[in-house]
Amino acid sequence: MKPAPFRYCAPETVDEALELLATGDPEDEVKLLAGGQSLVPAMNFRLARPGLLIDLNRIAELASIATRDDAEGSILRLGAMVRQSAAEHSPDVARLAPLMGEALPSVAHTQIRNRGTVGGSLAHADPAAELPAVMLALDARMHLRSVRGERAVDAGDFFLGLFETALEPDEMLTAIEIDAASAVEGSCFEEVSRRRGDYALAGAAARVRLDADGTCRFARLTFLSVADLPVRALEAEQMLLGERPHDELLRAVAEHAARREIDPGSDIHASSAFRRHLAAGLARRTLATAVSRATAAHGATDHGGASS
Amino acid sequence: MLSDFLRHELGLTGTHVGCEHGVCGACTLLLDGDAVRSCLLFAVQCSGCDVRTVESLAGQRAGEGAATEDPLHPLQEAFREEHALQCGFCTPGFLMSLVPFLERHPDPSDEEIREALSGNLCRCTGYQNLVAAVRSAARRLRAEPGEPDAAS
Repeated sequence: MKPAPFRYCAPETVDEALELLATGDPEDEVKLLAGGQSLVPAMNFRLARPGLLIDLNRIAELASIATRDDAEGSILRLGAMVRQSAAEHSPDVARLAPLMGEALPSVAHTQIRNRGTVGGSLAHADPAAELPAVMLALDARMHLRSVRGERAVDAGDFFLGLFETALEPDEMLTAIEIDAASAVEGSCFEEVSRRRGDYALAGAAARVRLDADGTCRFARLTFLSVADLPVRALEAEQMLLGERPHDELLRAVAEHAARREIDPGSDIHASSAFRRHLAAGLARRTLATAVSRATAAHGATDHGGASS
Repeated sequence: MLSDFLRHELGLTGTHVGCEHGVCGACTLLLDGDAVRSCLLFAVQCSGCDVRTVESLAGQRAGEGAATEDPLHPLQEAFREEHALQCGFCTPGFLMSLVPFLERHPDPSDEEIREALSGNLCRCTGYQNLVAAVRSAARRLRAEPGEPDAAS
């Protein structure tokens, strides 16, 4: 239960870290250490035996939460090393990405979130983790850097499989950008786990925007813990567009997503069939809550606005 | 690991080591004021940080053997009175998780208390006494603000 020997360095800038990552270690695996709440247990079990550990915890530039405005609206920018607990208590996250704010308390326990980072969870890409599914629902953009340059990858193209992402070996996730939630949007996150703080048996995230007459103009539905990677239910989303959501429709949409768009495995925690059952219920509930929140948001803006 | 460094290099054996993969919470301590698992931290990472272990709570200096006259921390008093520990192995982790919790939630609901306890495992008490102890500690802390803050 102790890590195998490794070399350790703690750069203070992103450039320094990228240089180390590019040089690497020809003999051994190189790992970036973020919050260490998944990597260090794996090292203690010796499932991971990196030869070189590049600790990102001294890089201040990666740890900030920022907002900016462009023509389209506000953008929330989370440095990859923002602690999950910092995001959980951030007023900017609550205001601009309420779905993320709602999901964060479900990420393990306070003691883990105090150390675990937003970027670390995404780069680790555990299909049972909350944040990948949330980023998929939020259409987040992942900013990746290497000594070769910088690129942005949509969340939909970032998660490739079990613990697998679009990150090249010399690349680092440096920031996540999220477009601010629309004022007339409703969202909801919910998961089912055996005990508080456990990995979820299944979870769902939903976002809905409605017209003034209640017609759905935008929908996102994503799942965690129901496949090898976080899943977006594109067909279910299509079924909602142009419709006025009601209980029967939401039930049909949720059933479709759970039957056709996910591929849950069986393990000691839950069977595939039970996960599908949970996914259907969670999809229906998160969509229903998102719809009622979107409806309430409309009411609020109608009262606040002059006329329309 | 930070947990091993504290115990083996510094002789601070108040921090207990249980699962060594971040699940049981026995090794919880405060790093710059936040409760964290010391079995998931390398000691070198904490250079320059403020590390607070269970030894800091009662003001009893480590290594001196006999307890001084310093009183127990109100949380420790409450644990003793409400029988919130039996074998005591998990206790330091619970205490160090609860210190920042009670600072931020001076008047917690039972729901909040249960949530705060959920990150630590106890195999003796069954948690009910832990809930009662946290309730009682919160009352004590509200009654006498300004907890003794011993340097460790």
